[in-house]
Amino acid sequence: MLTILLILIPLVAGLLTFFLGGSNAKIIALAGALAELATAVFAWTQFDPAAGAQFGFQYDWITASGISFAASVDGISMLLVLLTTFLVPLIVLSAFGHNYQNPATFFALILFMESALVGVFTTTDAFLFYFFFEVALIPVYFLAAVWGGENRLKVTFKFFVYTIFGSLFMLVALVYLYYQTPGTHSSAITAFYDLQLTPAAQGWLFWAFFIAFAIKMPLFPFHTWQPDTYTESPTPATMLLAGIMLKMGVYGLIRILLPITPLALNQWGAVAIVLSVIGIVYGSIIAIQQRDMKRLVAYSSFAHVGLMAAGVFSTTLNGMQGALIQMLAHGINVVGMFFIIDIIFSRTNTRYLDHLGGITQKTPSLSVYFMIMLLGSVALPLTSGFVGEFLLLAGVFEYNNWLGAAAGLTIILGAVYLLRMFQKSMFGATSVNTEHFQELTLSERAVLIPLTIMVFWIGIYPSTFLEMTEPTVNQLLRFIHN
Amino acid sequence: MYPIILLSFLGIVVLFLGFAKSKAILLPATLLFLAVALVGNFVEWNQGTIIYFYNMLAVNNLTLAFNGIVLVSAFMIVAMTRGFQDDDEAQPAEYYAIMLFSLVGAFMMIGFENLIMLFLGLEILSVAMYVLTGSDKRNLRSNEAALKYFLMGAFATGILLFGIALLYGATGSFTLTGIQAYIGQGNPSYLLYGGLLLVLIGMLFKVSAAPFHFWTPDVYEGAPTIFTAFMATIVKTAGFAALFRLLSHSFTGIYDYWWITLAVITVLTLLVGNIIAVYQDSFKRMLAYSSISHAGYLLIALTAMTPQTENSILFYSMAYSVATICAFGVLIPLAREKAMTGKPRETYEAFNGLARNNPLLAFVLTVSMLSLAGIPLTAGFWGKFFVFGSAAERGIIWLLVVAILMSAVGIYYYFRVIMAAYMKEGDTAEIRVAPFYKIVLVTATIITLLFGIAPGLFTGLV
Repeated sequence: MLTILLILIPLVAGLLTFFLGGSNAKIIALAGALAELATAVFAWTQFDPAAGAQFGFQYDWITASGISFAASVDGISMLLVLLTTFLVPLIVLSAFGHNYQNPATFFALILFMESALVGVFTTTDAFLFYFFFEVALIPVYFLAAVWGGENRLKVTFKFFVYTIFGSLFMLVALVYLYYQTPGTHSSAITAFYDLQLTPAAQGWLFWAFFIAFAIKMPLFPFHTWQPDTYTESPTPATMLLAGIMLKMGVYGLIRILLPITPLALNQWGAVAIVLSVIGIVYGSIIAIQQRDMKRLVAYSSFAHVGLMAAGVFSTTLNGMQGALIQMLAHGINVVGMFFIIDIIFSRTNTRYLDHLGGITQKTPSLSVYFMIMLLGSVALPLTSGFVGEFLLLAGVFEYNNWLGAAAGLTIILGAVYLLRMFQKSMFGATSVNTEHFQELTLSERAVLIPLTIMVFWIGIYPSTFLEMTEPTVNQLLRFIHN
Repeated sequence: MYPIILLSFLGIVVLFLGFAKSKAILLPATLLFLAVALVGNFVEWNQGTIIYFYNMLAVNNLTLAFNGIVLVSAFMIVAMTRGFQDDDEAQPAEYYAIMLFSLVGAFMMIGFENLIMLFLGLEILSVAMYVLTGSDKRNLRSNEAALKYFLMGAFATGILLFGIALLYGATGSFTLTGIQAYIGQGNPSYLLYGGLLLVLIGMLFKVSAAPFHFWTPDVYEGAPTIFTAFMATIVKTAGFAALFRLLSHSFTGIYDYWWITLAVITVLTLLVGNIIAVYQDSFKRMLAYSSISHAGYLLIALTAMTPQTENSILFYSMAYSVATICAFGVLIPLAREKAMTGKPRETYEAFNGLARNNPLLAFVLTVSMLSLAGIPLTAGFWGKFFVFGSAAERGIIWLLVVAILMSAVGIYYYFRVIMAAYMKEGDTAEIRVAPFYKIVLVTATIITLLFGIAPGLFTGLV
């Protein structure tokens, strides 16, 4: 029952914002997002990690075809629902400083997106999963295409067609699997787990799913839509894309790809993991060259997600747990960094590192927050990134030493491009643009403080989250390895 | 059965109403007659299969459902024809009567038991269409379209008739059951295969499948938009209902012989429709190619011919018809407004800035494009889903992959319209839309979204 509430609250709040919003749209949207967060936190307090899927809900959707509107929460879902519901209020709040046209539509789209995202993370029906997976794209497409930068039309169009194209392969695979189920057919994801498929069939399915999820995350070489889209989108949309939507791809790997096609892993797992590792190194090296801060963080996000995918494909406990905790940490760090870039842009009208500098002298507090987010991303011990990257690298090492070593470059290269960005923007002499840099406002602090708390929470006591997901991950791994 | 009798009679009544001084009564009268026919149609609901006229026509829930789609589409299209009153050249009484008569042809195609009925129904529908296509008498394009449609259509009908003759020669019967019984005896004669092929060609011409599609873009573009909408929805729905009836009732016995032919035509139709649509600048021509591509998706279900096929075709026809009516319905007032200012009327540019000028039309257009593109939350998604499902059930995965790739191409040209409406600046001329017209568009949009969220409501009906 709680699950359906989690899906419906943002939807209803979005409708309210859209129809009653007017000038108060942002207040209504924030209230809706906070109500959703409260519900999620309540669900968390009631959540029992050892009990498997809970708070289930099922309603016959298309009775004749055995497709039902079914959703429930297990450890992995809980983590991602918490991430989504935690970030969305902050994303809404981060837009307070801007005067976006048509605020009612703008904030309503963010909430519709939240509803679809929670749907993706909780549903237990394969077709419903596809449904939410696609629907999530529509609000963010409009956010980016209507409120984005100069090249928005071309860029978002590429993004949209590219990702839909990928998901269509998943649709073929799901339809195929559906007709493989015995009896009157069922589209429950667990029914797909139980199919005894031949290794050849699993190979085809593996690639169909891989393309869908690899485009979404994105993994090398399917990433070409990502830097442009992240750069051209308005910052709240970028946060949604990088902070949450990217996780849909990783979640899909864990929930759909691995358990349905375990035999294909012997055959193709190595290719997938090599592609992921290439993405890590390639993304990092390009990030070093970037002068536009938003682009730089976009490439860093591309590099980080490569490591998550590598961890998942290693199918070790460390790799999976690392990927999960890293999803949480990355979501928080990347949203923080994009927000700080947005703050800098709104005051100086530039994101180019060459035009910035000396911000520390003007607003030391901003540079402290920036440093914390950066260190979280660089994976310094006691910050959020450390736990995840450590576990992920351990997982990849267990799989193969050489790949582990290559993936390990992420820590060094990450430090290079992130600290370079920090140095160029924060230190040195002030430039024309940064001379009159203003102090942080209250609403900006209200976004940054919760993010900072989370960075340290995950860094210092990750067990809160690791214990939540461990039983589910263990169960999944047992299933995959049998 | 009742709608055939009712509309034949009421069509004549409409002609007589044309003698009245005020033309204003025609539209409400026609709508009332369509509503009466719709009620009459569902009198026989859930009564099993009823055979009429010595095995000429059959009525069952499936044919009634197809009739229902045709009637509702016609109702919406007729409701959008308010423009006739402003046009001195127009002869509304004749137009409405012809539309009603053409529906009789559609019903006969949907429920035929005897191939003669198929031929008659097809001719009644087609001749009506030839006339309506050329109804814009002073417009050269319209005349050209009518002539083209007539010549090629007459030729296709000839081929169909030839095919029927060969089938009769092989089986000694015109009835579906007779042909089925003949095939059941095994070892059919080659005349049968030849006859089937010719009948298929004749029918595929009418539903504009490639390579028999060449008339479609010119005719769609030349005909007055309201009749293009009629053609794109009703002729297609009736054509596919008839094809399904023919293949499923008579020819399942030799499935192995015809499925590959149909599969090749399907692939060709999908490729031609989608790829050429990308290169169009005219919205109306794009919709013509899109209608070819949708014929391709419907053909997938026919090629697969599983127990799911009838539901797939039914749902797809419904989703496609409603979305297409919305698309043309937005184009009509827009083109009229642009014509007054002398701007390009039917290109993509005509849609620039629509979201600002008339948010309602822009929203209707968006939902309709999303539905045609097959994006979730719209009925079009489930239509594609069911169609793809039947191909997967039969195990024709390569066909499925082609279809998937082509639907990705489809997103490209449908989204160009949405982008023009929402993200490009246009002139700020206000677009006036009559309240009744709005109701039709909003209803159609609600249908699209409702069956997009809960397709079970529709699939549960039949």
